[in-house]
Amino acid sequence: MNLIANKNYFLGFSGLMVVAAWALIIIFGLRPGIDLKGGTEWQMSFGKSDVTETAIKEALQKTAGEGSTVSVKSSDDGTFLVRLPSLSEEQRRNYKEELAKEFGEVSEKSYSSIGPAIGSELKNKSIWAVALVMFGISLFIAWAFRKVSEPVKSWKYGIVTLLTLLHDVSIPAGLLAILGHWKGIEIDTNFIVALLVVMGFSVHDTIVVFDRIRENLTLNRGKRFDLGEIINFSVNETMARSINTTLTLVIVLVTLLIFGPASIFFFILTILVGTVFGTYSSIFVASPLLYLWQKK
Amino acid sequence: MISKKRLVAVLILLVAVAAFAAVFSYEPLWQKISSFRPWNFGLDLAGGSLLTYEVDLSKVGFADRDSVVSGLRDVIEKRVNLFGVSEPRVFVEKSGESTRLAVELAGIKDIDEAIKEIGATPFLDFREVIAPATGLLEASSTVQFIPTELNGRYVVSAQISFDSVTRQPQVDLTFSSAGAEIFADLTGKNVGKPLAIFLDNQLIEMPTVQQKITGGKAQISGNFTVDTARQLAERFNAGALPAPITLVNQRTVSPDFGKEAFDKAVFAGIVGTLAILLFMIIYYRGLGVFAAFALLMYVALTLAIFKIVPITMTLSGIAGFILSIGMAVDANILVFERTKEELKKGLSHYSAIEEGFRRAWTSIRDSNISTIITATVLYYFTSSFVRGFALTLLIGVLISMFSAITITRTMLRIFIGQDNVKGEKNNQ
Repeated sequence: MNLIANKNYFLGFSGLMVVAAWALIIIFGLRPGIDLKGGTEWQMSFGKSDVTETAIKEALQKTAGEGSTVSVKSSDDGTFLVRLPSLSEEQRRNYKEELAKEFGEVSEKSYSSIGPAIGSELKNKSIWAVALVMFGISLFIAWAFRKVSEPVKSWKYGIVTLLTLLHDVSIPAGLLAILGHWKGIEIDTNFIVALLVVMGFSVHDTIVVFDRIRENLTLNRGKRFDLGEIINFSVNETMARSINTTLTLVIVLVTLLIFGPASIFFFILTILVGTVFGTYSSIFVASPLLYLWQKK
Repeated sequence: MISKKRLVAVLILLVAVAAFAAVFSYEPLWQKISSFRPWNFGLDLAGGSLLTYEVDLSKVGFADRDSVVSGLRDVIEKRVNLFGVSEPRVFVEKSGESTRLAVELAGIKDIDEAIKEIGATPFLDFREVIAPATGLLEASSTVQFIPTELNGRYVVSAQISFDSVTRQPQVDLTFSSAGAEIFADLTGKNVGKPLAIFLDNQLIEMPTVQQKITGGKAQISGNFTVDTARQLAERFNAGALPAPITLVNQRTVSPDFGKEAFDKAVFAGIVGTLAILLFMIIYYRGLGVFAAFALLMYVALTLAIFKIVPITMTLSGIAGFILSIGMAVDANILVFERTKEELKKGLSHYSAIEEGFRRAWTSIRDSNISTIITATVLYYFTSSFVRGFALTLLIGVLISMFSAITITRTMLRIFIGQDNVKGEKNNQ
């Protein structure tokens, strides 16, 4: 496969995806979950069987007062997920009593309430964590390739890594923007963790390719060679292992999606999408970028 | 070159350790042998509650803060123990300006009652009073209160008694020696003036100090009934809070909900592992069998380390471990692909494998370091629930380097003959 000759297509595709992802994020926004903005998530089931979403909502609004933000969602196993602003313990008890009066015994599957202060603190930390991992890895790559600075300067490997990492996290974030808009999926701490994990994984394949480029450059030291050819050759040589290392991860991610608990579905999905695009970027984005930059 | 005998011995040892690790990690079997170190499950799997309290330290001097916080922890721990939680854990989380107390109650039945009990821990403090001009003390809106150091942390015991004249129930407090000193100073300074007593930030009474009180005893006599006075005394005996707390976070998971999630995650993990074993064997044939065997050893060893540390297993921790299974063979794949290349160059089987390990090492090392960077940042920058994930990922990566490289290489050195070793010399 001639990567360098077709670089415009590959880079164009990635560019489009990233632009689309950011457009979606800007248009729809990301819906912050309760752990990032504060709020209550309450999963419960009731003694009576003929309970509906609207009935619960009405009952809750009676206690909370008109205009308060209450959302109720039923799931297949007969439980309801109720979202409320953050509650004090006393308020929780009042709500529970009110619900028990209307719908029979309330059994709480899970409850979590997070104050707004903690939420915004966690949000700041998350942004820091993403930035730190991104720069940490890029700096590490620049450092790891320091010994082969001819003809490609090692910090260029680092910058290219940074760009591919941005690519790799933008696309799953765009996906979550769509899911947030159409399905009300919220981003929570797990989403941030997923992004960090994607960065950690996707750089593996980038390293393998860069490592091979480094090796081939060293082998050809002193000879006349075409950089494009070396990059092309290196990517093709390492293609099988890039795909296989990703495949083993994709295998476990897919089994977790199918058989794993519902509560981590979107966490796993984010990692899966990020991993697939991460591998794509390692093969089809990182090396062409390196080439383009070097050719200038 | 290491002698074959020694390699065999190393391998036998590794297999024995891994086999023991497997037995140790598999609870139903291990329980029959010993009760040492059962698995430690987080609240999201075992069911239970995590309560987070914000500690208000604004009235505590900087030097005192650590002792106040640890005193607070002890009080809450004592209280939580009262309602028979199997293993309550109370820990302090500091983050920036604020200090929080996280209380983990695993497998508790009546969480409402627990929260009420913890919330009922009294916070008592004494405040000096600055009256505006003269008299009119009761018009508290114009009265200024000045917080003092004296508060419930200095109370060592409390009991109900009755006023000798009015027969009103009251609560007798006994201060510790440090508390007695502060109380003596405070009363000495304020003879003839009122001293305000606050309970949970509510003014309950404002008696006028008649004389300096030494000996560290005080009465509080709000408008108690016999019951409320007795209750208050009991609560003081269970421990008074050295600083006020408010519940800011609450997370409760019912045990059956956690169990279901656990079962599903474990099942997915088993299916995923089997699929990887199959993939490695089908794609890499003979070499893949060794990788598959090393992966099984990886699973056993890693689980055993999680258990012995012990790491509290949460749902995200299990997810992190399952992901690490998917990554653990990556190093094998890199080595085997490299080996294939070396074979094409015409190297013997044995030396191709040795070259494969040697040359793939830099990529393996560099990519694992990037994962270590990620896991470290994750560990330090997120809440306790994510820490499980970060830690399992980190341990997973470290052990996978050992299993995919050391274990696999040992096996290959033994089982792939060294008959063609001669070819290797020429290549060096």
